[in-house]
Amino acid sequence: MFCDVCKSKEATVFLTQIVEGKMQKVNLCESCSKEKGVNDPMGFALADLLLGLGAAQEIEKNPAGVRCPVCGFSQIDFKKTGRLGCSACYDAFTEGLAGMLKNMHRGLVHTGKVPTRLALARRRTQELTKLESALAKAIVEEHFEEAASLRDQIRSLTATEAENQAGQEVKTVNRIAELAENQEGLLAPTPKKSKKP
Amino acid sequence: MKLSRIIANTGEWLSGSGPHDQIVVSSRVRLARNLRGKPFPGWAKKAERLAVLEEVRTAVEQLPEMEESFSERLEDLSPLEKQVLVERHLISREHAAKGAGSAVVMNTAQTLSFMINEEDHLRMQAIRAGLQLDEVFAMINQADSELEESLDFAFHHDLGYLTACPTNVGTGMRASAMLHLPGLVMSEQVNKIINSVNKIGLAVRGLHGEGTEAMGNLFQVSNQTTLGETEEEIIGRLNKVIYQILEHEQNARQILLQQRAETLLDQIGRAYGILCHAHSVTSKEALNLLSFIKMGVDLGLFPFKSRLHVDELFIETQPAHLQKGLQTTKLGAEERDSLRAALIRAKLKQMPEPEIGKISGDQTTTTTSEES
Repeated sequence: MFCDVCKSKEATVFLTQIVEGKMQKVNLCESCSKEKGVNDPMGFALADLLLGLGAAQEIEKNPAGVRCPVCGFSQIDFKKTGRLGCSACYDAFTEGLAGMLKNMHRGLVHTGKVPTRLALARRRTQELTKLESALAKAIVEEHFEEAASLRDQIRSLTATEAENQAGQEVKTVNRIAELAENQEGLLAPTPKKSKKP
Repeated sequence: MKLSRIIANTGEWLSGSGPHDQIVVSSRVRLARNLRGKPFPGWAKKAERLAVLEEVRTAVEQLPEMEESFSERLEDLSPLEKQVLVERHLISREHAAKGAGSAVVMNTAQTLSFMINEEDHLRMQAIRAGLQLDEVFAMINQADSELEESLDFAFHHDLGYLTACPTNVGTGMRASAMLHLPGLVMSEQVNKIINSVNKIGLAVRGLHGEGTEAMGNLFQVSNQTTLGETEEEIIGRLNKVIYQILEHEQNARQILLQQRAETLLDQIGRAYGILCHAHSVTSKEALNLLSFIKMGVDLGLFPFKSRLHVDELFIETQPAHLQKGLQTTKLGAEERDSLRAALIRAKLKQMPEPEIGKISGDQTTTTTSEES
């Protein structure tokens, strides 16, 4: 049987730990067991076992007092269980997570499936960004007719979005309106009030 | 639908066929999903778990592909029933240990199963016979897309799907194939293969996944990482490696046939002899000996039609399956061992003795049974 940590040497140290009523077993070779301080059971964090070597240290990069504002999970809970409390914990414990994820995965940015609803929103945001920069360019180049048409396109795009989400897109349209206003008032800024959902 | 009716039939992944099913027993893809803003099952209070259970279970039961399905709270299943589901890889060992607040929903073909409030709010999997990771991914991906219309899954713009354990974040996907590798074990190459597979970010594990022993020369190969690659890239990488292992296994069997035909015959013959006459067999011994019989079928020593009998024995001799038909109280280990031996004897009686002429002596006939 191979060591769970280095996966190359024969395991000679077999550790069984009961944490919150759950039994966890780990098989280690001699050098890894020394390195992990298995002789001192209190010093051996489950996070290291579940999440890989050095995970516990990474977790400690988060200030000790930090708690997830949504579920109240603490850094100590994370270290003890090797699990997070809720989806918002990913934002609360960013500091320690970044290093840990880097060791654990092939990249730090998700490139796979996106829920359709978000994919649509994402596409819309991209579309808006494109229109926005085109608008800025048109204004700078004083192509005001084109700018007016771009502004209308942005408005129609955001109008539907505002019904669902009165967030980011509305901000964009306001910013564009400001931008337009600064340009000699040629584009009368009449940003449509966002409808609150 | 009652569980007893479902488990009376072997699942499609067991009785069905698929590409390369001599070596690749099954292909499985599991996706982990959580609801936004709700504490993960391990941290949630009981009332919160129950609320999530209700919401997710309703959504899953309404899926068109789950029209004919079985759905039950875990506390309403007996320990034996849960164990049967574990042995069929329909729920995880961790899930079987859960009580109030968790549930399982599966279709009658036993190709799709949904674990609610395992480590994550929802873990859904598709499983089929042979090497068909792309197909099982398509099945579960479809279910996921349908579910996302009614469930608000926790998704982060950079990190993707958020899971209780950071090792699953991103795609939340674990794709795996169960491989039967007696040739590589016999020729002592399997550790070399395991090491090199581990080095490229894939994991090789025993029969029941993480932390389990490899019995019956069965190994599970799966992706280790979930963030930074698309689902298709991960499966592509896994497929490539599985094809390589397949090739190595086929080569190992050929070399054994050519250079150590006597050893091979001896092992298969001994396995057959013991299983035909033993009166007490542990589940580990059964798996290890059945593995040789299975290889014997692949090599043409036993008639091809006995394949299903042998494959069924792999499952039917597991502790819970052994007892599922019995209405009695739980059997002790010794009683199980003798029951298991009787079951195997009865099944093997339907199989003729190994046709040793197929592989001993003349080398020219050895390759006829081996598919490329």
